[in-house]
Amino acid sequence: MRKESDRGSANASVAHWWHQRLTAVALIPLGLWLAFALTGVDVASHAAFVAWISEPLTAILLGLLAVAGTYHSWLGVQVVLEDYVTHPRRLRVSLLLSLIAHLVVLAAGLFAILRVALGVA
Amino acid sequence: MNQATDAPRRPLSPHLQVYRWGITNSLSILHRATGLVLSLGLVVLAIWLLAAASGPGVFAALMTVYGSVWFKLPLAGIVFSFFYHLANGVRHLVWDAGRGFSHAAIRGGGIAVVAVALIATAAYVAVGMC
Repeated sequence: MRKESDRGSANASVAHWWHQRLTAVALIPLGLWLAFALTGVDVASHAAFVAWISEPLTAILLGLLAVAGTYHSWLGVQVVLEDYVTHPRRLRVSLLLSLIAHLVVLAAGLFAILRVALGVA
Repeated sequence: MNQATDAPRRPLSPHLQVYRWGITNSLSILHRATGLVLSLGLVVLAIWLLAAASGPGVFAALMTVYGSVWFKLPLAGIVFSFFYHLANGVRHLVWDAGRGFSHAAIRGGGIAVVAVALIATAAYVAVGMC
């Protein structure tokens, strides 16, 4: 007979659901801010783009967007993979690859923001 | 499948082909599809920031791709995905609060979300990408 624990921790599911909603709520103002801020920047000019990222408010909001965005994306991709990758080992590999990919995007984004904001580039 | 399982067997959604297609499930699947497009959008954004952090030469090289004509359609797709996922995400949060479950609210909300996404996308593309 299957044990109850075979379905995973109920706490983990609740945390997943809750974190997905928390990041969703955070991404409403952050996403709208980015969309509207970008219309006011000459994005084809390196100097103008770098000057915009270097503003403290821009750097902070971009950093928060990177964290909330990649976390929300990781949670969402996990649900899609769990629904459509039926083979258990392939599922585990896909979930691991998704985690690595999201960590790489987050690290690259934060590194780039910090480097520009601190005036290295 | 009859193979030995070593992972938890949680209840899953059925595959796409079993559904009778209507507005409600189409919009639900579009929420997932636009979410995946936005995951790729994060990659596009990260590469853009990295190029900016790598100096004017690298940035100019990347902008020959990001600024090119054939990149406009994928970019418009990301913009539409952003506005659709945002608007429909708000609808999901309303549902999570236990509201908006009447037949009229679900149908009307779905139509409103698509209208908002299309209008916002058109306006944004007109202002920002021409």
